[in-house]
Amino acid sequence: MAEARLKVYRGDSGGGQYVEYKVPVEAGMVILDAIHYIQGAYAPDLAVRWNCKAAKCGSCSGEVNGKPSLMCKTRLDDFDLSEPIEVRPIKTFPVVKDLVTDVSWNYEINKRIVPFTPTNTNTDEWKIYQDDVDRVQEFRKCIECFLCQNVCHVLRNHDKKDLDDPKHLFAGPRFMVRIASLEMHPMDGANRVPFTKNEAGIGYCNITKCCTEVCPEDIHITDNAIIPMKERVVDEFYDPVLMIWRKMTGKK
Amino acid sequence: MAMIDTRYETHEHDVIVVGAGGAGIRAAIEAAEQGLRVALVCKSLLGKAHTVMAEGGIAAAMGNVDPADNWQVHFMDTMKGGKFLNNWRMAQIHAQEAPDRIRELELWGAVFDRTPDGKILQRPFGGHTYRRLCHVGDRTGLEIIRTLQDKAVHTPNIDVFMECTISHLIKNGDEVTAAFGYWRETGKFVLFKAKAVVLATGGIGKAFKVTSNSWEYTGDGHVLAYDVGADLIDMEFVQFHPTGMVWPPGVAGLLVTEAVRGEGGILTNSKGERFMEKYDPARMELSTRDIVAKSIYTEVKEGRGSPHGGVFLDVSHRGADYVKRRLPSMYHQFKELADVDITTGPMEVGPTTHYVMGGVKVDPETAQSTVPGLFAAGEVAGGMHGANRLGGNSLSDLLVFGRRAGMGAATYAKGVASIPAVDEAAVQRAIAEMVEPFERKGENPYTIHQELQMMMQANVGIVRIDADLRKAIEQLKRIQERAKTTSISGSVTYNPGWHLAKDLKTMATISEAVARCALQRTESRGGHTRLDYAEYDPYWSTVNSIVRKNADGSMEVTTAPLPVMPEELKKLFEEEKR
Repeated sequence: MAEARLKVYRGDSGGGQYVEYKVPVEAGMVILDAIHYIQGAYAPDLAVRWNCKAAKCGSCSGEVNGKPSLMCKTRLDDFDLSEPIEVRPIKTFPVVKDLVTDVSWNYEINKRIVPFTPTNTNTDEWKIYQDDVDRVQEFRKCIECFLCQNVCHVLRNHDKKDLDDPKHLFAGPRFMVRIASLEMHPMDGANRVPFTKNEAGIGYCNITKCCTEVCPEDIHITDNAIIPMKERVVDEFYDPVLMIWRKMTGKK
Repeated sequence: MAMIDTRYETHEHDVIVVGAGGAGIRAAIEAAEQGLRVALVCKSLLGKAHTVMAEGGIAAAMGNVDPADNWQVHFMDTMKGGKFLNNWRMAQIHAQEAPDRIRELELWGAVFDRTPDGKILQRPFGGHTYRRLCHVGDRTGLEIIRTLQDKAVHTPNIDVFMECTISHLIKNGDEVTAAFGYWRETGKFVLFKAKAVVLATGGIGKAFKVTSNSWEYTGDGHVLAYDVGADLIDMEFVQFHPTGMVWPPGVAGLLVTEAVRGEGGILTNSKGERFMEKYDPARMELSTRDIVAKSIYTEVKEGRGSPHGGVFLDVSHRGADYVKRRLPSMYHQFKELADVDITTGPMEVGPTTHYVMGGVKVDPETAQSTVPGLFAAGEVAGGMHGANRLGGNSLSDLLVFGRRAGMGAATYAKGVASIPAVDEAAVQRAIAEMVEPFERKGENPYTIHQELQMMMQANVGIVRIDADLRKAIEQLKRIQERAKTTSISGSVTYNPGWHLAKDLKTMATISEAVARCALQRTESRGGHTRLDYAEYDPYWSTVNSIVRKNADGSMEVTTAPLPVMPEELKKLFEEEKR
C-alpha cells in the first residue's frame, strides 16, 4: 500500500514545530482522513477542528503545502507522495493548538452588522422572484470557513483587526459578502453603507481577488460583493453633485 | 501526567440550552424572547452543527406548488411514514405549525428558492403526497442554521458558549438544576446553573461505522437525560438513509441527498433493472427511506450490486444545467471526492446511518421530559417520527419543537423563584470522572471506538437477528468496562482524545439501548428490520419501547401503550380509505 508522509504543525500559542507522520494511503483519501489516522494511530491529542467532512460546514480550514484549503476536500492523490505534505493552521488567526486557531474575532465582527430588517413583516404579501435573489443566494452559500479572511493581505499581513479602533479595522471579505447579502435582499430596508465605509473599512480592500481564488463555494467575492459595495459607498459619500448639494443646503 | 486545574467557573442563567443546531438555537431564541436569560452551549463553533448538513429541504404544507396540500395530509403522511408508532399529537402539532416556522425564517432573512409567481418553491420527497419541501438548492440546512445563528446573535439575553462540552447534568432533588462541562480550548471546567435545561444535542450516528454523521453525534443528550432518570423511547429505530456514497473509502457514508430522487433520479442495479418496481411500484424511488434502504440492501445482498457494493443512482437525464442548478453540492461532492460527473453518468450509493427516531420521551405541548425542568427537542427527542422519519420532516421538527421547548422551559423557569442550589459533591464527582483518563494507564479510546463502530454495524445494523443482538449486548458490556479504563496523553488544551474518552461512554450506553430495544421488538417495522421476525406484529403496533436507568445503574427496557389518537384524527384515515 502506498504511504504518505505528513509534516503536521504541533504546537500552541507558545510556539511549536513540525512533526512527521507516516500514513497508509487509501483510494480517494483526503488530508482530513490522514489527520484522523494520525490521531488514532500516533497522536490522540492532535487538535483539529472538523464536523461534516463534506465541505459544507467550513470547520477544517488549514494550509496544505502553503495553500489555504479545506482539509476535507483536499485529496492526497493531488500531491507527489515522494515528498512530505506540510499541514499547518491558517496563519491569520492565533493558534490555539496544532491545527486549531482562534477565529472568535470573526464572530465579533458579525455582531456589529445590522441584521436583516424587513420593510414588510407580512411575508404572505411578499412577491420575490428567483431573479431577485440569485445574487443574494450566491452570497448565502458562504460556509464561514474563513479562508478568504485568511488570505486577505489586509488581515494577514497588515493585521487590521483592531476591534476598538475603526481606523485599523477591516471586516474582511467574509463580512463584505455578509453585508452585500443583506443590502441586496429585495425586502431589506436598512442602510449599511455608512457602516461599510466607516466601521467595516471597505476602503482597505484593493481588489487583489485573493479571497475569490480560495473560496471553496466559488463565490465571486470581489466582483459581486466588494466592488458593488464600494460603488454604493462612492455613490453615497463621494458623488460630486451630491457633495455640492450638501454644501449648499447643509443637508446630509 | 498533565497537571489539571480542578477548579471551575460558574455561570447563572434562567435557561440553559445544550446544543446549537436548529432546535437548540430556536429554543434559545424563544426563551430569550420571553425575557429570560439564556445560555446557548455548543460543542462546536456556532453555525457548524449538524443542521448545516441537511440538504434537500424542510417540509411544510404551505401549498405553494400543490394548493391541495394542508396540515391534515402532512399529518397523515408523517404517521404513515412512521408506521403509526409516532406520538400522534407531536405529528399533528408539527404539521400544523411548520408553515408558520417557515414564514418566520423568511422574516429573519432566509432566502428560499422561488416559484414563478414569487412564492417559496416546494419540491417532492419520499413519502410526501404533495410537493412540500421548501428548499435552497441542496443546501437548505446551511440556510436555516445561518438564519437562526444571525437571529440569535442579535437577540438580547442569549450568551453563546462555543466549543464547550456538557458532560454531566446535576440534580437537586428531583429537578435538574445545573449542567457541568469543560471548555475545549483551555480544558477548564465550567458549571452552568439554571432553572431549566433544554437538550438539543442531536443523534447517535458515531456509534456506527458507516454514517453520514459528524464527530458530534455521540448520543450526549440521550445519555445525559437517561443518567438523570428520564425515559427514552423507541431507541431501536435508527434510520439508515438509502443513499450514502460508497466509494472511495474515505467518503463512504457521506450523504447523497434525497433531493436527487426528488429531482427525478433513478435507481438501478448491476443488471440495469429499475428495481424499485419490485418493492414499491406506486412510489418507486420516492418511497419512504426505510423501504428504499432495505431494497438497496436486498439488491446488493442478492448479488446485483454495483462494483463497490452499492447500486446506481442516475439523474443525468435531467441535463447538465438543471442538475448543476438544482443539486450543486452533489455535483461538486462527486466531482471532487469521487471523480464522478453526475451530469453525465450515475453515482454509486448505498445505505448509511443517518438519524435516530428514538430519543428522550417528551410532552408534545411543552417538550418536557419525564424529569421536571429537563426539556428536549430535535433529534434527541423521541416520538415525533415513530418507526421511520420522512425526509424534510427533521428540519421542520427542529423549528416547531425547538420553539416549543424554549417556551416550555421559559414557562417552567418563570415558576422557579431563584436559581436552585447545586450539589457540590455531584460536581466534584463529575470533575473526578473527567480527570481520570489523564491519571491512569489504559487503552487508547480511538481503538475502542473503532471496535464499537464495527460491532454495532455488524450486529445492530440495517438487518438484525436475535443471536447478533444478544452478542452485541454481551460485547457492549465489555466495551463499557473498557471505556472506563481509557488513558489520555498530552495536555487538557483542545485534546480530541480526551473528548473521545468521554464520548465513548455515552456511545457505549446508547448503543446498549439500541440493541436492547431491538432485541425486545420481535417484529419488523420502519427502520427496525428483524430477519427472524420479518413481518408487522399487531401487538407491537400498540406499544412504544421504553428505556430507563434502574437505581443500581442497570438498564431496564420495557414497553408503554401508545397514546390513543382522537376520533377526529382517526376519521381522516378512514375517509381516505373510502
